[in-house]
Amino acid sequence: MTLDFGNPDRPNSYIGKTVPRPNAARLVQGRGAYVDDMVLPRMVHVAFVRSPHAHAAITGIDATAALAEPGVLRVLTGADIAAVCTPWVGVLAHLKGLKSPPQHALAMDRAVWVGEPVVAVVARTRAEAEDGAALVEVDYDPLPEVTDMMTALDADTPVLHADMGDNLAFRRLHDHGDVDAAFAAAHTVVEARFKTGRHTGVTLEPRSILVDWKPGDGLMTAWHATQAPHMMQVVLAKHLDLPESRVRVICGDVGGSYGIKVHIYPDEIATAAIAKIMARPVKFVADRLESFTTDIHARDHEVTGRIACNADGKILAFDIDDWTAIGAYSVYPRTSAIEGNQVVNLCGGPYDFANYRAQTTVVFQNKTPTSQYRAVGHPVAVTVTEGLVDMAAAKLGIDPIEMRRRNVFADDAYPAVSPSNMRFEGLSHQASLQKLVDLMGYDALRADQAAARARGIVRGIGIASFIELTNPSPFMYGIGGARISAQDGCTVRMDPDGSIVAASSVTEQGQGTEAMLSQIVAEGVGVLPAQVRIVTGDTQATPYGGGTWASRGAGIGGEAALQAARALREAILTVAGAMLQCEPATLDIRDGSVVDMADGADRMPLAELGRIVYFRGDTLPKGLPRELVQTRHYTPADYPFAFTNGVQASYVEVDTDTGDVKLLKHWCVEDCGRIINPQLVDEQIRGGIVQGLGAALFEELHYDAEGQLLNGSLADYLVPMAGEMPDMIVAHVETPTLESTLGAKGAGEAGTAGAAAAVMNAINDALRPIGGEVTAMPFTPERVLRALGKLQD
Amino acid sequence: MTATFNDRIDIALTVNGEAVTARVPAGQHLTDFLRLELGLTGAHASCEHGVCGACTVQVDGQAVRGCLMLAAQAEGSTVWTIEGLTDTGVVADLQAEFVARNALQCGFCTPGMLVAAQDLLCTAMAQGGEVPDRAAIREHLSGNYCRCTGYEAIVDAISAVAEARHAGTAA
Repeated sequence: MTLDFGNPDRPNSYIGKTVPRPNAARLVQGRGAYVDDMVLPRMVHVAFVRSPHAHAAITGIDATAALAEPGVLRVLTGADIAAVCTPWVGVLAHLKGLKSPPQHALAMDRAVWVGEPVVAVVARTRAEAEDGAALVEVDYDPLPEVTDMMTALDADTPVLHADMGDNLAFRRLHDHGDVDAAFAAAHTVVEARFKTGRHTGVTLEPRSILVDWKPGDGLMTAWHATQAPHMMQVVLAKHLDLPESRVRVICGDVGGSYGIKVHIYPDEIATAAIAKIMARPVKFVADRLESFTTDIHARDHEVTGRIACNADGKILAFDIDDWTAIGAYSVYPRTSAIEGNQVVNLCGGPYDFANYRAQTTVVFQNKTPTSQYRAVGHPVAVTVTEGLVDMAAAKLGIDPIEMRRRNVFADDAYPAVSPSNMRFEGLSHQASLQKLVDLMGYDALRADQAAARARGIVRGIGIASFIELTNPSPFMYGIGGARISAQDGCTVRMDPDGSIVAASSVTEQGQGTEAMLSQIVAEGVGVLPAQVRIVTGDTQATPYGGGTWASRGAGIGGEAALQAARALREAILTVAGAMLQCEPATLDIRDGSVVDMADGADRMPLAELGRIVYFRGDTLPKGLPRELVQTRHYTPADYPFAFTNGVQASYVEVDTDTGDVKLLKHWCVEDCGRIINPQLVDEQIRGGIVQGLGAALFEELHYDAEGQLLNGSLADYLVPMAGEMPDMIVAHVETPTLESTLGAKGAGEAGTAGAAAAVMNAINDALRPIGGEVTAMPFTPERVLRALGKLQD
Repeated sequence: MTATFNDRIDIALTVNGEAVTARVPAGQHLTDFLRLELGLTGAHASCEHGVCGACTVQVDGQAVRGCLMLAAQAEGSTVWTIEGLTDTGVVADLQAEFVARNALQCGFCTPGMLVAAQDLLCTAMAQGGEVPDRAAIREHLSGNYCRCTGYEAIVDAISAVAEARHAGTAA
């Protein structure tokens, strides 16, 4: 199967074009269908009593007053839920040594973070459930908390889970080449300590689930704001003792996910358990405080990094010591060790060097669990790598662009294997870097920076190259024993009117999955995108698959859709050949009609073919295949991951009196392989960049020494607002993966991967002439002033 | 919720051009009233702190945070939600431009964003036809969070509609 992607004038050329999203019009009219918009007969609401302590024994629960409250129907404890719901353990076999204790839906005899659900209160309305929850009396005996990452393994720090032996959840050391010898022989060595702030995804739609259990049907249905309906189906079935076939997960409109909605949350599983206990629909929608204390956190890393270079700036070695603290449990089922593991995999990623040592140390503590959030581990790795590269360049007196030119993998070096054993099929660091230089007018910008400096205005330019892991194969989770599918499927059928329905296992979270699929299917079959309807987000209606995570929807789900669409095209042409008395190979389908391949002459609309197949099948030759429905699945097999690459640049202005950093402009050149919809890709990049800019300047969850979250509201936790964000110039280099016909790789995380590092380097470029350096995110005015020595208390 | 907050209050108001009477809990905010009692799910509860703007609706011609106003306070008011503004077509140009520029992804902030945009454009046009520049648009949207788009396409869309409306007024 080949498609002439190089010819923009080919028939049905929708792949590569900006086509409107089929679901956008509904959303601008306020007619989305998010979980909280759903109302079912006999539906009740659950609210949770949550631990106010970071670590405490639960010594008593008195629900008398709550049960007397009007509207309150039921109060359930950990033991009540455990009677129908088994605990889980968030480990994967391929993350050797990773340990975590069993976790229950509701805390049993001990709470281990502020916000952990302890008691569930079910009532007719959410307001009544909250009123009831406020009246539940829980007795706690506080226990010593573990809240400091770097002392978590010290001998005098209490061990959080006694039977685990220590507070070490996971450790991995990767050692390649001779790092010590490289450092000993180096001309220039730079060492620095970096910190990325603990933050979270802040989906505007909070986590939401509505579960119904119908004993008569023996069927559990969950309407869930999720990225992975089939994974959720597996988990609900396993822990509520149901056959997978008797659990249906429906994912309608989702109000943002970014990795937050791909994990198993105890309150959501408890909601399903309560539905089973009460045999009626139960809804849970987190409020904003619950979101901050129970949505997974991420990026809580402290890293010491060293870089060794020769006199020409050639990188000889990286030596990375990464620490991260995950909370009291490793999150199920993807674990909380992937982020640290990614730091080990990704540091030094763009560069062709020989000696690499990296270790991640993942420790338990009494805070909200951390796990995978958009661009998992990438922002940490890129910050450390690009920070060190810029520091070394400055020490050597080499321009940051030139420093990268001397060290990135050459565009003709592929296939290549990195010192961290990542396999690259084809990347474009050199072309991307050159495109960025042209796009931003690098020399002119340096001149502008110098001119501003002469006027006393402090500006800086920061560059950050990066690689991004996309299209994961079963090597990401499946080999570790998790029932998390790396393959995706698509069923494409033609209905009697000639319209096409495509059901896909990848999901729509707003990124444009359904538009992307409609374009691929339209081109693959030969119809207009408007003639394609897409079905996603229903385990009962779509083929089996992974869903939305790790930038896989277009590359994997898109390929399955293309193959299914091409198969349907062949099936249609077989029927058309019989009807038109000619060889199917002489026919094509264009704009919804069967035409002559040679000259495009119209032969028959698909609606006529549909009429014959569905209503007058008697007129077709007996035995003629007429299956106008085709299903294909796709799993990447040649490479564990399809790496992409890119480079970002940030131009900032620093107010040295207030410490305020103003983002003047941002650029990104990235290479996600074949671009299916340029507008959607650009918007993924922009949205991703802004989440990285939030990390750079605003977002940080603050805890006190007792493990209390100090900023659990949107008034206290800052996310980027329209006023602070710059315009972003986005461009692409296209290096399609050769593993699939489509050639698409992922684009959803590239923006987030490199944005914060670019800002850090820009600030440090601005501060360097006046003395000062920032390496701890977010770069608040206070931290900038401290870096300048203007704040010392 | 205290007993006082649970006390019921009778209200009469106009919502999307339709007369509505209801008996509401004293503690119920306008967003919950619209969503739970009237089935108008276009306004979304997100921070319930008056910060994010996802619940923005029009009350007596002003853009208002539905989570910061009690339903009881809407007595006698004229309320427009995205559903009503869609039906009358007053934001059709904004909606079309948002779709064309993909100025929305998950769509959760979008109804509030459109009400806020309409508020800016109506105010700007009322003050002598001044077309707000990008900085003014960004400033006006500072009370409406979008976590998906990075805002640029939203600013582009509103800017384009501002120009078009200005041209239409001038013509």
